[in-house]
Amino acid sequence: MPQIFHPSMNTISRVTIFGAVFIVGALGWVAYAVVRSPYVTNAGVITQQPVPFSHKHHVSECGIDCRYCHTSVESSSFAGIPPTQTCMNCHSELWVQSSMLEPVRASFRTNKPLEWNRVHDLPDFVYFDHSIHIQKGVSCAECHGDVNQMPLTYRASPLQMEWCLNCHFHPETRVGSRDAVFGSRSDTEPRMANDSQTDWAAKYHVKSKTNCSVCHR
Amino acid sequence: MGHCHGKSNGLPSSPEQCAATGPRMWRSLEELAGDEALIKSIEGEFPSAIEQLTDLASRREFLRVMGASLALAGLSGCIRQPEEKIIPYARAPEQIVPGKPLYYATAMTHGGAGIGLLVESHMGRPVKVEGNPLHPAVPEIMRAANERAPASQMRFGATDAITQASVLSLYDPDRSQTVLRSGQIDTWESFFTQLRHQLEHFDATRGRGLRLLTETVVSPTLADQIQQLLAKYPAAAWHQYEAINDDNALLGARMAFGADVSPTYDFAKAEVILSLDDDFLGDGPMHLVYARQYAERRRQAAEGRMNRLYVVETSRTPTGAAADHRLPAGEHELISLLVAVARGLKLDLPETSLPAVQQPWVDAIVDDLGKARGRSIVLVGRNQPAFVHALADNLNAVLGNIGQTVSFRRPAAARVEVQQDSMRELARAMGAGEVEALIVLGGNPAYNAPADTKFADSLNKVRFSVHLSEYADETSALCTWHIPQSHYLESWGDTRAADGTVSIIQPLISPLYESKTAHDVVAALMGNPDAASHDIVFEYWRRQHEAAKTAGAFDAVWQKTLHDGAGAKTAAPVKNVSIANNLAAVLTVALVREAGANQSTNVQLVFRPDPSLWDGRYANNGWLQELPKPFTKLTWDNAALVGPDFASEQKISTGDVIELKANGIAIEIAAFVVPGHPSQTITLHLGHGRERAGRIGNRVGVDVYPLRASTGNWFAPIESIRNTGRSYTFATTQHHHLLEGRELVVAGTLDQLQANPDRPAFMHVGEEANPRDSLFPIWKQDGYQWGMVVDQSSCTGCNACVVACQAENNVPVVGRDEVLRGREMHWLRIDNYYDGEPSNPATYHQPMLCMHCEKAPCEIVCPVAATTHSAEGLNEMTYNRCVGTRYCSNNCPYKVRRFNFFDFNAELRHNPTMQLRPNPDVTVRSRGVMEKCTYCVQRINKARIESEKDGRSIRDGEVVTACQAACATEALTFGNLNDRSSAVAKSAASKLNYPVLGELNTRPRTTYLAVVKNPHPLLAKATDHGVS
Repeated sequence: MPQIFHPSMNTISRVTIFGAVFIVGALGWVAYAVVRSPYVTNAGVITQQPVPFSHKHHVSECGIDCRYCHTSVESSSFAGIPPTQTCMNCHSELWVQSSMLEPVRASFRTNKPLEWNRVHDLPDFVYFDHSIHIQKGVSCAECHGDVNQMPLTYRASPLQMEWCLNCHFHPETRVGSRDAVFGSRSDTEPRMANDSQTDWAAKYHVKSKTNCSVCHR
Repeated sequence: MGHCHGKSNGLPSSPEQCAATGPRMWRSLEELAGDEALIKSIEGEFPSAIEQLTDLASRREFLRVMGASLALAGLSGCIRQPEEKIIPYARAPEQIVPGKPLYYATAMTHGGAGIGLLVESHMGRPVKVEGNPLHPAVPEIMRAANERAPASQMRFGATDAITQASVLSLYDPDRSQTVLRSGQIDTWESFFTQLRHQLEHFDATRGRGLRLLTETVVSPTLADQIQQLLAKYPAAAWHQYEAINDDNALLGARMAFGADVSPTYDFAKAEVILSLDDDFLGDGPMHLVYARQYAERRRQAAEGRMNRLYVVETSRTPTGAAADHRLPAGEHELISLLVAVARGLKLDLPETSLPAVQQPWVDAIVDDLGKARGRSIVLVGRNQPAFVHALADNLNAVLGNIGQTVSFRRPAAARVEVQQDSMRELARAMGAGEVEALIVLGGNPAYNAPADTKFADSLNKVRFSVHLSEYADETSALCTWHIPQSHYLESWGDTRAADGTVSIIQPLISPLYESKTAHDVVAALMGNPDAASHDIVFEYWRRQHEAAKTAGAFDAVWQKTLHDGAGAKTAAPVKNVSIANNLAAVLTVALVREAGANQSTNVQLVFRPDPSLWDGRYANNGWLQELPKPFTKLTWDNAALVGPDFASEQKISTGDVIELKANGIAIEIAAFVVPGHPSQTITLHLGHGRERAGRIGNRVGVDVYPLRASTGNWFAPIESIRNTGRSYTFATTQHHHLLEGRELVVAGTLDQLQANPDRPAFMHVGEEANPRDSLFPIWKQDGYQWGMVVDQSSCTGCNACVVACQAENNVPVVGRDEVLRGREMHWLRIDNYYDGEPSNPATYHQPMLCMHCEKAPCEIVCPVAATTHSAEGLNEMTYNRCVGTRYCSNNCPYKVRRFNFFDFNAELRHNPTMQLRPNPDVTVRSRGVMEKCTYCVQRINKARIESEKDGRSIRDGEVVTACQAACATEALTFGNLNDRSSAVAKSAASKLNYPVLGELNTRPRTTYLAVVKNPHPLLAKATDHGVS
């Protein structure tokens, strides 16, 4: 009786069986990794801007508070991007000849706004509110990273739903004193995770909020 | 189909026959008759969706669209986020905080009076209209709760469907955008050059041949400007005309009192109301306040203060449906009945013939009115002849109601005149070639002037004609110049409420196009083309302030008036009126003449403003076109509404195209058989069949103005009626979302309620289900537990909530074809239920929206958990998870879920003007997702965030859903059921409260209060009014 299968079938069947477990698994892992990679999330990728604004210089070196520019962060869903006017408060006196700042001066002259490229961009079906997070003691750095150490601004976190839920399931691990909200991460490190001094979550009535309609509506 | 229908396809002979076979309520005549074809067509959830696959052309289209959507669905997960810009201001304006809306008080003029509004603006875009509770024509929502809240809490008032939809017209891309000269694009400057030429001529002739035609002018500033113009050109003339006017009421008041006065009513004090054709709950400048006062008395059953409403009407109106006793009647019958009542109340009038069956009616009304002297109201609709108004005025005087429930003031119009006469005189002068220049400010007389005036033809004889209007419409096409008019949300101006209170109209946005206001045009006529409307209005009021020598700086008064939206102490004083001595004689003469004229018992045409489009001016508004009209649930159309008896007599059924002839003109229009419509009349709604309304409104429905003459213009005897044998399919939503004939509306009487207040006999709905008898999860009931109660006794079916929901939640318009397929997207609909004989059944309105069931059947069938239960009791719909299986909708017993079969919102994303419209707090849904009522979760979230920032819990009345905020009668109550003191918890605990389809144990969060009617004991059995 002739052989039904060619000897190469041995190899093919081994590869198929192995493949079913490992290659498909690997493909799955690759897909898993790709959707979480900076390629997709843009985390850690510097966004080019019309003016190379340095948060590091303005916050760490000049000591300007976040709220000087992001004025509505405590009161509105949107933190606010400063109008050209805010830049010119200082730059009508400082670095008035700098060519880097020409777009800013041009905007002020022509009354045409600067067009920044969005660094932190949530999908349109997500409704995020800055003010309540600030009020509950979630520091800026918790999501935006150490902006005060960024010469050029990039997205520090992936901003994917999984990442949001990490905190929304266990908010008590991420909230701290309201007084330290606008500090950098290194300033506020002790209040995180293992701070046993105060139960900030209880103090601020922070509860896990995971209903869909909290963010989607 | 467990329906109430007999063995044959005929109508059941009596309600008892129904009662024997099953539930007694029905929704349409076809359903009542058990029409097989209808039932087949609506058994599927989305009727006739399959027809697209059999029609070759549309099948190809269908496959193309499906192919594209599949490809996109596969890709969308992999695409990286697009790069987006973030654009701050160069110089930030004061007050605007990105992400936080601002509210501005303004006002809209509609139907010859102003209504005060608060308009929500996001970053300079007006997106939503609410009522301004400081305005006298607007009742406040949740007043009791608001009074306990701190002053900083926003307070809103009610609105109606037309004001709600007005914001869509602002962004209508079909609005006129530029000056036109004989249809060619031109400029304002070039117009003024031409105009100056004309004016130089008039300077010499003192204005002879110059005519001005406006709508009812209620703006004090505009009236002042026109007076100045007339002073400069004394030989010029000013005419006012609106197709829907109150001429008859004015003539009636002149007859009764010899004075130009108009009535305002206080329904809060009225125990007995007799309305003759007056739809005071749904129409008229004060209807929101009247509806509130009426409904408040309605709800005081327990206190023994429930009012009683009698309605005699020649058509079908929401007020008729709300009545305790409603009598459909012809015009003559209505007058006879009123005369009989008047004679019963000892007025000296000639006897009129009255059918014997109506004697109990007269006895009951005379009995009630006689017992409620000073606490009753007799009111007459604008369509009734002047002497009927005078007779009602006389009755109110005899009953001592004047000064109690009825007060008279100077009408709001700046110049009071009989508009029909004014229009007739203008048309005559135009025809005679006496008019050299005609300036038309607003209105559309070429479309809606009475047919016999031949206005459109005469317009060609005018050498220089100018038309200011929002659309380049029928009149613009015949005028030499067309000037685009600014929308009220782009204009400075002023207006008066029906009681005379002044509101300043302030713009929410700069004009989107090169448009002008009436103030600008009259200023140009005075030789000043560059005057700004703001300055004209401001200067007028500054002069008034100085002339009145009022204390205080004008700037402060101006700012306060702008802020409040209603000028303090600007209401007209109540006038003392007394009945003219010769009234009895005048009435006798009029009655004798009327009796003579009505010897022939011909069927009459009744003209009515369209419930959505009014006189046709809102024809290009998609929200209003698609709004199901009361009773017919007709969208994108009008019809000849006929009564069931007349229909069977004439062998007409719904959809038959009939030819109606009146005034020597014949039109063809499809008939619609409406339960309870009088058999002596045929109702025609004005405002349809426009030729130049815009892409939405062109050639929708049939224009019935050609049948309307300038005398007695609300009625017309028909010369002939003929069934053409052709038929037409209406896009009506009445049968959509079949509820399988279950008992959904519970109704009873005040007597039954008083006999057993704890468990009225009619409250027998469903078995008490044990909440634990269920396989569904048991949810925790702590924290906020949102719920809604709908009071069906208060609901008038006015549709304000439907449009409010559409505006707030970015609900798309789908068009007539898609409505025919059952794909309308309204999250909230108002179902009609009838009970009793088709000739005059009791009618109930049931607002139907997501019930937010505790044991929601939709949740368990969703394969991707896109619809879930929230800790606060909401049944959530997460669009970004939805894959569009539609299982949820199949499993929903209330049929409140809507599916986006197409990208109905495409225009919102791609049209640069429409892009400004959507509410930024709500996702604009795309193709392929299910959607439904969310209880306005964006408003709940906002309130929750604000309350937590303040470290308190959400107050009762702080979350007001869009539908609730629009409802004048407060039929909708929303709030936290866990808070025992909240308004909603109290309503939910009412003995009249019941869940719809409670026997299914879905445990809905939205519950209903049973309808309670208050019939007169004499009539309770004598009529077939269903309240058995």
